[in-house]
Amino acid sequence: MPEPTSEEIAGLIRPGRVHRRVYADPAIFEIEMERIFGHAWIYVGHESQVRAPGDFVRTRIGRRPMVMVRHEDGSIRVIHNQCAHRGAMVVAKESGNAKRFECCYHGWTYATDGRLVHVPLRHGYPAHFDPDDPGTAMVAAPRVDSYRGFVFASLAADGPPLADFLGYMTTSFDDMVDRSPDDEIEVAGGVFRHAYDGNWKLYLENLCDAAHPIFVHRSSIDAARAQDDTVHTTGAGEIAVRQMRQNGAPPEFWRERVGIWTYPGGHAFLGDYHDDEKLVAASGDPAFAEYLAALEAKKGTEETRRIMEVMRWNSNVWPNLSFMSQFRQLRVVHPVAVDRTEVHTYAFRLKGAPARMFEDTIAFANVTNGTGSPVLTDDLETYGRIGTGVTSQGAEWIEIGRGYETDRPDGKGGVEGVDSTSEVYIRNMYDAWLGFMAAP
Amino acid sequence: MSRLAPPEIESFLIHEARLLDERRWEDWLALFADDGWYWVPLEEGQASPRDTVSLMYDDRRLLETRIRRLAEAALHAQTPVSRTSRIVANPTVEEEDGSGLTIRAKFEMVEYRRDSRRIFAGTTWHRLARDGEGGFRIEWKRVDLVDCDAVHDGLSVPF
Repeated sequence: MPEPTSEEIAGLIRPGRVHRRVYADPAIFEIEMERIFGHAWIYVGHESQVRAPGDFVRTRIGRRPMVMVRHEDGSIRVIHNQCAHRGAMVVAKESGNAKRFECCYHGWTYATDGRLVHVPLRHGYPAHFDPDDPGTAMVAAPRVDSYRGFVFASLAADGPPLADFLGYMTTSFDDMVDRSPDDEIEVAGGVFRHAYDGNWKLYLENLCDAAHPIFVHRSSIDAARAQDDTVHTTGAGEIAVRQMRQNGAPPEFWRERVGIWTYPGGHAFLGDYHDDEKLVAASGDPAFAEYLAALEAKKGTEETRRIMEVMRWNSNVWPNLSFMSQFRQLRVVHPVAVDRTEVHTYAFRLKGAPARMFEDTIAFANVTNGTGSPVLTDDLETYGRIGTGVTSQGAEWIEIGRGYETDRPDGKGGVEGVDSTSEVYIRNMYDAWLGFMAAP
Repeated sequence: MSRLAPPEIESFLIHEARLLDERRWEDWLALFADDGWYWVPLEEGQASPRDTVSLMYDDRRLLETRIRRLAEAALHAQTPVSRTSRIVANPTVEEEDGSGLTIRAKFEMVEYRRDSRRIFAGTTWHRLARDGEGGFRIEWKRVDLVDCDAVHDGLSVPF
């Protein structure tokens, strides 16, 4: 089948509707890898993963295996994990520290910025062989930039700067970091890697979906509601059970208390929906009390109050990142195939906060992002059912129109739903999608 | 070298595996002590469930909720339900004192669901307390999967 033209691709998006091919057609997926993941700013990791020169961690841009590494000059580089000689993956460890990267096959050796610095058996190459050619290297992503420790890379040499791309979403990163008494956070506590048989776009589409919990998470909501709270807990199970119950907040709560905000570039955040004093800072819990005291000591009462009044659930940074600033969790979406997606999730430690805060962060990670979570497993099942459903030749159009008539400007350059169940954040992602996929 | 576990321990492990294969979740839960816990670490040799995430880490309260959910009607992740077949083997006594024993064993589990099969294998650790009537209760159970840190699709069934 010939590759769809830009006009054909543009025709797949209509007001409040998306053609099912967008989730099912391998040709569309290949174009996404090239036009979106080959150009946009893609989240690749956090600075705390590569503190010292030579520190590296494997990462990806789209399907490409990459390495994020702290170069000897202190800058962060993102380089392709491929030897320029015979194509072998050079960096085999998930993370570590290295002065040079040496290929296992014939010993070609690279500096931490990807430059080729040593070629054994240097005799006999043709005259045009040039080890200083930037294309004969572990080729570096042309642009790498970060915002408050969150590192992004772009495979395009030209394009809008990261700050422009993030726009108002910088406030969500600010919220995540501001919550640390020392203004510093770090990745800690292990990485969940879960997968499903469905399209990569489904993941961010679900993370700001205020209408799904009562249906998708019915089983864990009901099981948690029936739980006897006098039964023994170490504290971890209590957090999990309380979080499951929160997913059952009534419809009027979602309508009146939550909210959904979207911004240019496909980004969005859903307002927080927690009213449980064990889960939300600034109320009740003794660990929080100790944390608030630490925050006030460093930042003062006024600033602490301002920070605690920021109430956000998931912040989506299109196309591949979603994080919970208030709950110190982050998820990175890795497309594998049109019907296969991997998601890697990370927890963050707030520097200067009591150790117990981080234990609660881990318990929260287990219930919200855990591969064996009684909550997340129902989300994964749903993505898989969509993956199968969209291959049917039934309804041609996927409906994303809820709230279409009532979305309104938010006064900060974005568009908000009249209530949190608006699908405005999906429509907003498709505006960004069209900008990359069907630009003339 | 560890001592081979006595027959009543092996019988206990086989009984537990059977309860799980037959999806007799409440009966399985009843094997645990009132303050018992169940742990499937994410990392090889993981020292603690408190500072590193886990595939499953259930104190008694969460274990009850997990088990109750498996009987809910609207359980999407188990529609259709998984069928499993477990083999437990090589049980040895790693520790023994007046209050009970710590048992190490190997297991393999085949899970079949919606036209696909998955194989899980690893090492289980049971801390068993004598219940005073010739039986045991599980004070804690740890399951170290050989592929604990691999990419996994959703894990709904306890090991």
